[in-house]
Amino acid sequence: MAESSTANAPQPSSAALVDIYRRMVRIERNDDAIRATIRRGKLMMPYYSARGQEVIPSAVSHHLTDDDKICTIYRGIHDMVAKDMPLRPLWAEIAGRVDGTCKGKGGPMHLTHPETGVMVTTGIVGSSMPIANGLAWAALLDGSKQVTVAYFGDGASNIGAFHESLNLASVWKLPVIFVCQNNGFAEHTRFEKATSVEHIATRAIAYGMPGFTVDGNDPWAMYEAVAMAVERARNGDGPTLLECKTFRFLGHVLGDDDFYMTKEEKAAAMADDPLPKFRARLIAEGHATEEQLAKMQADIEAEVADAQAFGMASEFPSADELRRDVFATEMPPQQFSAMEFGA
Amino acid sequence: MSEMLKMNAIQAINAAMMDAMAADPKVLVLGEDIADPEGGGVTGTMRGLSTKFGEHRVRTTPISEQAIIGAAIGAALGGYKPVAEIMLMNFTTVCMDMIFNHAAKLRFMSGGQSAVPITIRTLTGAGWQTAGQHADHLEGWFAHAAGIKVVAPSNPADYKGLLMSCIQDPDPCIFIESAGTLFVPGEVAADQGPIPLGVARVANEGTDVTIVTWSSMVLRAQAALPALAEAGISAEIIDLRTVSPWDREAVFASVAKTGRAIVAHEAVRNFGPGAEIAASINEELFTTLKKPVIRLGAPTCPVPFSKPLEDAFLVSPAQVVAAAKSLMA
Repeated sequence: MAESSTANAPQPSSAALVDIYRRMVRIERNDDAIRATIRRGKLMMPYYSARGQEVIPSAVSHHLTDDDKICTIYRGIHDMVAKDMPLRPLWAEIAGRVDGTCKGKGGPMHLTHPETGVMVTTGIVGSSMPIANGLAWAALLDGSKQVTVAYFGDGASNIGAFHESLNLASVWKLPVIFVCQNNGFAEHTRFEKATSVEHIATRAIAYGMPGFTVDGNDPWAMYEAVAMAVERARNGDGPTLLECKTFRFLGHVLGDDDFYMTKEEKAAAMADDPLPKFRARLIAEGHATEEQLAKMQADIEAEVADAQAFGMASEFPSADELRRDVFATEMPPQQFSAMEFGA
Repeated sequence: MSEMLKMNAIQAINAAMMDAMAADPKVLVLGEDIADPEGGGVTGTMRGLSTKFGEHRVRTTPISEQAIIGAAIGAALGGYKPVAEIMLMNFTTVCMDMIFNHAAKLRFMSGGQSAVPITIRTLTGAGWQTAGQHADHLEGWFAHAAGIKVVAPSNPADYKGLLMSCIQDPDPCIFIESAGTLFVPGEVAADQGPIPLGVARVANEGTDVTIVTWSSMVLRAQAALPALAEAGISAEIIDLRTVSPWDREAVFASVAKTGRAIVAHEAVRNFGPGAEIAASINEELFTTLKKPVIRLGAPTCPVPFSKPLEDAFLVSPAQVVAAAKSLMA
């Protein structure tokens, strides 16, 4: 197994660390507001919280630009928020409203925002990877330096699409980074019970690409690993598989009672919450001041509150939207026999 | 009047690809064995393309159907117009997630932000004794999916014109190349351009019975014409060309004229696309119909291997004649 540490690895500046932390806080504050709103009965949606996994997309997105693309999955709102997707259309979308990124037609599992590079969000395990390859192929043909990231979980490394995608990306030397967020559980099934290898990163060997197992809760390790993978992609050296080890604090779907975890392992993981730990270290090592981070958090909370108010106040889409965006051309009403009969 | 060229469907597909790739640098091709070092496709439809346009635009892939369609979708999201070949239609079953959950739905699920202008070319059809996993006509599966167009030509000119339209269409298209039609020569204008999707063609004019059909079944319906004429039945053959969205106006206009309709296809009859068309004719023209609409399709069984069984599986011209006679009785 390859470890990501190398002697002359790039070290993050204070500004880089604070930027990663900013993205993490934005993820966590937004997640907290979504959960609170669901619990109050104001949002009806399946919610796959990524609480505990904030470091991974924050470190990845720090190295990306708006031109770089991501394809993510149903547990992916953290990936989008880290990519600086604006929160107002995000909230309108999860509330099913017309001002949502997808006019309320996709919802939390299909959020899409090409302006910030959020190209595809899929509800199908493993399906972010084949499409990310195509975006990377387009970038190659364009002669651009654009990088595409495919996010997925540990469970997805057992589906055929993972293996087909890694093989093709390697054969075609595509500028793509496969970021596996290994939180130890595929839905309710423990990693060891369903996966043939100790480290998913070792599967990269089978496809002739570098693979690294990284502590996905360690911002320094993640910064370094992503920097290397992005550099490879931009230089035309091809794909990289990053297995980022983390822990899912809130189960598979909101409301899940975690019966399949031990209380001890969950308690230990939560005691090691990467967010307060990182904050304390930023201050202790002089990367940021208490005041600076408090101000940052207050600003983010205001942004989230504004987005929430905006989203919840937006109108619901009209039933005519059922005829739009099926094809580029609006469908004629007779294609919807029940609709002919009105309400 | 442009010069008329004699060619078969394989040559027509090749001509469409040559024209489309020369006209638009965004057109790409990917699939198993499609570049020239691998033979230019299993039936040679892609021959010459990689030599002319380069292997960066015409890429042979691993045998990885999910990766093929995924790469086509992603390249489309990146502004390209990929033509993906799934060698045989039965192999779409291993990439249905990419086709059905992604290609067909991304536009809607993204509220119109994600266009997926891909064309999936795929070969199928009974007649070559390829048996149960290499010959199914699955157009009904895709016609049932919202967001994907299903195109099934019957003759070389349509193969060229419809493929050109699929490539330039802003939505995903499945383009079905049926075994029974591929080697039948026909006339194609040297400057044959795109033929609009969703527009049927009257393959034979008639007044007594309308036969709604497409793809290989058009040829078998045409083969029934002499016997129909002998029986004094004037049959109108409507070649739908596009199964979804299908040309309702053309079908209704013909059935309004004849008052009798047969919907015939190579696909299995049970829950087949003929049921949708027959039901629509009933809804629209119930009082005009002189007899209930007849559906002709393959029996509910896998495509068989043995030649007599394969022959019996396919709808024959004689069965078309018998159906028409029963409508006239």
